[in-house]
Amino acid sequence: MRRQIPLIITFIVGSVLIISVFIPHKPFGQLGENFSVYFDIIAVFAFILGAGNLLRVHGNRIYRKHKDWPYSVVTVAGFTVMMIAGLFKIGGSPGITGDLTEPGSMFEELYMYVFTPLMATMFALLAFFVASASHRAFRAKNKEATVLLLAAFVILLGRTPFGVKLTSWLPDPLSFLEIPNLASWIMSVPNMAGQRAIMVGIALGVIAMALRVILGVERTYLGADSE
Amino acid sequence: MNPDKPKMGFFETIANIDRRVIFLFVGFAVIIPVLLSFSCREEATPIVQSIFDKIESLPEGSKVLMSFDYGPSTVPEVQPMVDAFLRHCCEKNLKIYMMALWGTGHNLISESMEDIIKEEFPHKVYGLDYVNLGFKAGQQGLINVILTDLKKMYTTDALGSEIDAVPMMVDIRNLKSFDLILSMGGGFPGIKEWVLFGGDPGNIPVAGGATAVSAPLLYPYYPRQLLGLLGGIKGAAEYESALIKGYPKFKTYSHPGIDMMGPQTVAHIVIVLFIVIGNITFFMGRKKEEEEKREGGALK
Repeated sequence: MRRQIPLIITFIVGSVLIISVFIPHKPFGQLGENFSVYFDIIAVFAFILGAGNLLRVHGNRIYRKHKDWPYSVVTVAGFTVMMIAGLFKIGGSPGITGDLTEPGSMFEELYMYVFTPLMATMFALLAFFVASASHRAFRAKNKEATVLLLAAFVILLGRTPFGVKLTSWLPDPLSFLEIPNLASWIMSVPNMAGQRAIMVGIALGVIAMALRVILGVERTYLGADSE
Repeated sequence: MNPDKPKMGFFETIANIDRRVIFLFVGFAVIIPVLLSFSCREEATPIVQSIFDKIESLPEGSKVLMSFDYGPSTVPEVQPMVDAFLRHCCEKNLKIYMMALWGTGHNLISESMEDIIKEEFPHKVYGLDYVNLGFKAGQQGLINVILTDLKKMYTTDALGSEIDAVPMMVDIRNLKSFDLILSMGGGFPGIKEWVLFGGDPGNIPVAGGATAVSAPLLYPYYPRQLLGLLGGIKGAAEYESALIKGYPKFKTYSHPGIDMMGPQTVAHIVIVLFIVIGNITFFMGRKKEEEEKREGGALK
């Protein structure tokens, strides 16, 4: 029963959602809408599950003094402080309908002055690693790598006014060779063709996987003891 | 100095350059233009201009849904786009509905409201000209629901007011009530999900702004399913330039997109130079290896 009930639920919900796309009328349209609302409600509970899991995993690391356990202390402390600041709306309007992000509230201050700079710093570090990696790995070792390298050059320069200035002297009949135009062409022709091919491939894979899940062939989502 | 250690040639030194030196160069490439206020004006490309033209063509009072689908990590890239869109919509007297598919977007709505709408357009009234619907969980599932019934998910606004007590929400039924959807971000859920679950089934124009790394993934939807796209800082700078061109009064306002194009230009040039140097050292090294092999073969 532990396996059969989830399989039956998956089959019914999956089938109804597919039918509701092709027959958006009663009862399928209504059922499809209701299932989407259930999904949103379940998604909210997933946060509670996620929070519990985070505390369990990091609590265990701290308790057992695993490698790098002080980082887990920081994670748990950050999570607890943000949760208390948000739940009790410290410094903001009290009550269940009080605005969490009211200027001056502790949650908003922590978000603006701690969370935002930390996240922005992490993302900004990418520029340094990209530069270093480009220097070491971006080599014209063969024909394919050379094409990739040339495309990267055109895009890198085409995304800046320097690229415009570099080839702005070209006469009108040769304007298609201007770096920004080449960059635009690379993005909207070869890039788009490649992306579309990947997307079609992924879509076909998703359809196949969805059918396997709905029909109960694929059962890994049920956990380790699904077989 | 170790006399036994073989002396490295110029190209070998460059090839084995410490990565901290590269970091230093990139750091200077960004810091110096910022200190010198080196900025560059941009011309709007068609993919950006199409969003500007669409907003420009909307009659006064049209409804624009703006979804804040990003977090603090991408604020430097995405926020200039959001600011430019908000300015344009406010200037055109459009009604702005703000929501978030990302939990981190909730605070960014409040910040944008404070910094742009309340600061620069103080005559705009909350509930009449703009509303904050806040964050709701559900990702693409949320879009799927509000496509047919928005009030099923939004019973109050982010401030806790009853949704029907907000004047500009009275005649909103579902996503089809909006004239334009702007999704800001580019991650998951984001522009792609708005196109697939909102724009396409509801036949509602969708446009947006994404980080430079995620913009190429969205090109397949342009122009039939995606009206236009701002890609990275350049996209933001192009939109700001179009806005200044259309409304010269915005020239005196902050334009972080245009300001950041200077550091980005120099940083790109530095990266290109490092790639060129890397390739020169690679070919020199390969040539040396071949010569050594040839010499070794001749000795045998």
